[in-house]
Amino acid sequence: MLKDKLISSFMAFENNVDIDNPVHDVRVEAMKNFEIKGFPSKKEEAWKYTSLNALQKTDFSIFPKQTNTLEYKDVKKYFIHEIDTYKVVFIDGVFSSHLSETTHDGVDICLMSSALNKPMYKQIIDVYFNKIASKDESLTTLNTAFSKEGVYIYIPKNKMPKKPIEILHFATGNEASIMLQPRNLIVVEENAEVQIMERHQSLTSNEVLTNAVTEIFAAKNAIVDYYKIQNDAAEASLIDNTYINQKDKSVVKVHTFSFGGKLTRNNLNFYQNGEYIDSTMKGVTILGEKQHVDHHTLVHHIEPNCESHQDYKGIYDENSTGVFNGKIIVEKLAQKTNAFQQNNNILISDKATINTKPQLEIFADDVKCSHGCTIGQLDEDALFYLQSRGIPRKEANALLMYAFANNVLASVRIPELKTRINKLIANKLGVNLGFDL
Amino acid sequence: MLKINNLHASVDGKEILKGINLEIKAGEVHAIMGPNGSGKSTLASVIAGKEEFEVTEGEVILEGENLEDSAPEERAHKGVFLSFQYPVEIPGVSVTNFMKTAINESRKARGLEDMKANEMLKLIREKAEMLEIDRKFLSRSLNEGFSGGEKKRNEIFQMAMLEPKLAILDETDSGLDIDALRIVANGVNKLKSKDNAVLLITHYQRLLDYIVPDFVHVLHNGRIVKSGGKELALELEEKGYDWLKNEVTV
Repeated sequence: MLKDKLISSFMAFENNVDIDNPVHDVRVEAMKNFEIKGFPSKKEEAWKYTSLNALQKTDFSIFPKQTNTLEYKDVKKYFIHEIDTYKVVFIDGVFSSHLSETTHDGVDICLMSSALNKPMYKQIIDVYFNKIASKDESLTTLNTAFSKEGVYIYIPKNKMPKKPIEILHFATGNEASIMLQPRNLIVVEENAEVQIMERHQSLTSNEVLTNAVTEIFAAKNAIVDYYKIQNDAAEASLIDNTYINQKDKSVVKVHTFSFGGKLTRNNLNFYQNGEYIDSTMKGVTILGEKQHVDHHTLVHHIEPNCESHQDYKGIYDENSTGVFNGKIIVEKLAQKTNAFQQNNNILISDKATINTKPQLEIFADDVKCSHGCTIGQLDEDALFYLQSRGIPRKEANALLMYAFANNVLASVRIPELKTRINKLIANKLGVNLGFDL
Repeated sequence: MLKINNLHASVDGKEILKGINLEIKAGEVHAIMGPNGSGKSTLASVIAGKEEFEVTEGEVILEGENLEDSAPEERAHKGVFLSFQYPVEIPGVSVTNFMKTAINESRKARGLEDMKANEMLKLIREKAEMLEIDRKFLSRSLNEGFSGGEKKRNEIFQMAMLEPKLAILDETDSGLDIDALRIVANGVNKLKSKDNAVLLITHYQRLLDYIVPDFVHVLHNGRIVKSGGKELALELEEKGYDWLKNEVTV
């Protein structure tokens, strides 16, 4: 089983890292937790609708046996190449300097391995590394145990990188099956701003399992836009654990576009440690075949006068399954909280399933919380309207689905990314509408 | 142009059209009037091919071709246009992009290439001008947040773009103030020719002051109970529909 393999691999892993580094104590502690807990099972409420059983039977290779390379021209289409960006690119979990463009020009956009090992980053690592990530959620601790490589971004006070940042993880398929565990740390100081786009892309039909952890710290007045593009190959699975800590008046928006992959689990956790904070989570999910996506969001309103906005749209065809579980906790101290949550779904096929569940725990008395979920089909009157204008049913379907998902796209602040997402949507819906959506 | 023979249609097993006979020739304007629930909008939807309605008997023939097996989009490609009473809102798709899609899909069905972008733009400008539509309006999302009048004007703009052979206007006058009504009616009149035909569906005579019909038919309980010239509309306006109901039952 995968768990046993991971436990034995940890010993081999220790031969390759500096075990005298204080970070290693964190890894050892995390590994202990994973050994006790193991992979979550469907018996746990949070994993009721997502089973990791099949994945655990795969004999994943934990470390790549060789270093692989890719030519830019072969993978260009996965980049937002219409604009200039900083790029941090990994091939089978190993940093590719050839495809990357990192920087230390006023900001640090570089590698986690450097940050963990070089003395100049020690102060930041001591303050932030593994501070907001869960210490008992088993998959997060598994990642912590193997944390070695990933993206390190540090934006000092009042700074903004000259261009957006792209993070790409390619899997080449040179191994029959591979498990990847990137670990990212993003620290955005007071009045600083950053835009990040992240994508995991398997290039073959070989199996890939990614268990990623990203910690984001947004200081006072910081602005963070994070875009997750999940359009992976049919045999690629992703467990994304993102933890976000926000201070006063910071604004963090996470957009998640889930169109691909076999199994995707998004654990998106916001902790509001300050006042007048804005946390936004938006998602468009379009699935077919036997794809499965599970969005688990958590917003922890700890202090007063904060807001959270959640808007997830899902379109499910064929035998696909979706889960939306949105948990909002409003602490007693967090008066004047505004928390909004919306999850709307369209089931195209009789065999598609969506499980949607709002979970509100409110301990303050002066708050505004709203939540709504809908599950429906496309409106026949609307379809008839489009068809009566000569638009065939398939294209009419697509236009309506696009319209349904549209308000999630309205808040995407990088136009070229918006265009790309529109193309992915049109592609996913299998239509050419004669104009760029 | 259009021939309807003994048309029966039901929805959920309930018969709404109970034997309609109607012939419209090229160059003609016909008006169908009648009280609420008489089947006016159903007739419009059945001609346009809405699948919700089941045609149980009879036929709809457009230029000699039975439309029985044609999907709504195929009917549109053959030249049928329905101006909706309640146009649907499509957020995120501009009026311009919507028209591009509609026009190019129709062209594709006829084996033509997509219309060139500059040609399309010219056509859009020309037709928008005819209907006194502001250019800003064209980049707005289709029908989203449009007033009742804007929606109807937009319907006629689409008609102008698509140049149908048979235009069915379903309650196009409802929700229009007098200025908007005049603009819409002028648009329809400009589009009228000896080669196309218009079927007006209306509850009130008001629209017929602006678009003058050659024939008026009164629909009641799923049947055409009376046909006549444009003066019939005035008579209806004056007397209401009750006298007809009585006449029919007698």
